[in-house]
Amino acid sequence: MEEAIIEIKGLQKSFGGFQAVKDVNFTVKKGDVFGFLGPNGAGKSTTMRCMLSLIMPNAGQIRLFGKDLINERNAILSRVGSIVEKPDFYKYLSALKNLELFARISGADVQRKTILKTLDFVGLAGRENDKVSGFSHGMRQRLGIAQTLMHQPELIVLDEPTTGLDPQGIIEVRDLILRLKNEQGKTVILSSHQLSEIELVANRMVIIHKGETLIEGSVSELMNTQQTLLHLEFLDAKSTEAAAFIAKLWPGQDIQITSPKTLQLQIEKSRIAILNQNLVGAGFEIVAIEPKRKLEDFFIQITKS
Amino acid sequence: MLWKNTYNELIKISAKPRSYIGIAALTLLIAIILFAMKADGSKYISFVTSSFEQTLSFNGNILNGNLIAFIILQMLIVHIPLLVALVTGDLLSGEAAMGTLRMLLTKPISRKQVVFSKLIAAAVYTLILVLWLGFLAFIVGRWVFGTGDLIVLNSDGLVILKNADVLWRYGLAFLVAFLALMTISTLSLAFSAFANNSIGPIVSTMAVIILFTIIGALDVSVFDHVKPWLFTTHMASWRSLFNNPVPWSDIKESVWILLAHNVLFVTIAVYKFQKKDITS
Repeated sequence: MEEAIIEIKGLQKSFGGFQAVKDVNFTVKKGDVFGFLGPNGAGKSTTMRCMLSLIMPNAGQIRLFGKDLINERNAILSRVGSIVEKPDFYKYLSALKNLELFARISGADVQRKTILKTLDFVGLAGRENDKVSGFSHGMRQRLGIAQTLMHQPELIVLDEPTTGLDPQGIIEVRDLILRLKNEQGKTVILSSHQLSEIELVANRMVIIHKGETLIEGSVSELMNTQQTLLHLEFLDAKSTEAAAFIAKLWPGQDIQITSPKTLQLQIEKSRIAILNQNLVGAGFEIVAIEPKRKLEDFFIQITKS
Repeated sequence: MLWKNTYNELIKISAKPRSYIGIAALTLLIAIILFAMKADGSKYISFVTSSFEQTLSFNGNILNGNLIAFIILQMLIVHIPLLVALVTGDLLSGEAAMGTLRMLLTKPISRKQVVFSKLIAAAVYTLILVLWLGFLAFIVGRWVFGTGDLIVLNSDGLVILKNADVLWRYGLAFLVAFLALMTISTLSLAFSAFANNSIGPIVSTMAVIILFTIIGALDVSVFDHVKPWLFTTHMASWRSLFNNPVPWSDIKESVWILLAHNVLFVTIAVYKFQKKDITS
């Protein structure tokens, strides 16, 4: 049985009269890139903060590395690297000085050469003596990742790590997460409100909504069994004929003709390739086939099922 | 971990521009006082001594470094709390405002250790301010104005202290002043534990000092039971060291009350900070 790195059971947290987290449960196993998914206000950040002891839960159990967070906080946090919300630094200090400050209290003996190596790893080599006040958002995000990695943690917690980044920055963070898993075998948990982002990097995920766990499991299984809104575009104005063809192929299938050249339908991911083969085989010239999966649609499907 | 983080705190204080505002302001104020006394100090002295001139004759260097140090200490001890609170009131809440508190508290250091490391750093900063004040007032004052007997005017009349009898009194006076300023540091630290912005604790600290000082100054019997317990009542207790004989029991009482306030404020800061949800 795989080792559980994070176990959250029955987590609850209220702020005054508002219950931000009602009942969150999930388990992250060693080596997972675990997606923590939910719309804005679902309770992701509160859960993440509870996991890092920034917020005290009202009820529930949080165990990391098999240990209780409340009783063994310091031993646990020395094995964790994290960015919550966005990385903030002492702007009046240089990047190196900032990392040295955090390294000193990281619980590990982090040498200056390790810090410089980590800065190089995140693409900030040569900028170590620059003050953070002059850094762009993307550079601060990368410095935050360096801060997360420099003490060689076993678990990396990233709360919305791509927020505010440009497309290139998003790709870089995504690549970095995959490198951490593949090259260093790290366990990573990352929160996001974008399903596509999680789908690209995570192997397992949990979805929470209104402070409660909706579903937890393997990303590929969840994605393949759930319906996807598929958008099809044809070279000629043949969407009506194509709709009739699909209806004959799969009677009862709900198909919407959106224009003379386009249509859309709800379909399981595993059936997209079959549909494509059939349409091409029947002479339809397809110029675009695009799954449009929105988290909100996914929630609706899950709650319906 | 406590000492490692204390070292971090000292680095932060030394790198923050606002930490030098206090030192610069103090230097400027003392330079102005020294210049004013050098330029027109004899008039100031004759104004103070004129009421005694019918019964006493004043000879020698009255306007000396000892008197200048006393005047400076008396003038500035009212204003230094603001300079102290400017830095210490920012220690926890400033980090909350910057977002760095979030980063700091995800490290394997307990919240109690965070508060204590900040307290030690605040004490070091306060001590540096007091030592700088002492250096400028006492050492530079003596260098510019020379030495001589110290004449102090208090409620009982004039106290004349021999030059050789002054040094130990200043040493203890600066220690008591340090304790008084530490009370300000711990008060602002306690406020800092409640706030998520820098200005709130600084303003709150000054508001408490002003309120307590007004209560202390009001000659109304309803406050008579309260006044002895206000820390502001004891902030000027260093002055008693320049009485002859020194009222040791009064000074001891002031020291105990100031120490008790320090303990109380630190306890509040630790308690609040340990319970605080970091949502910033």
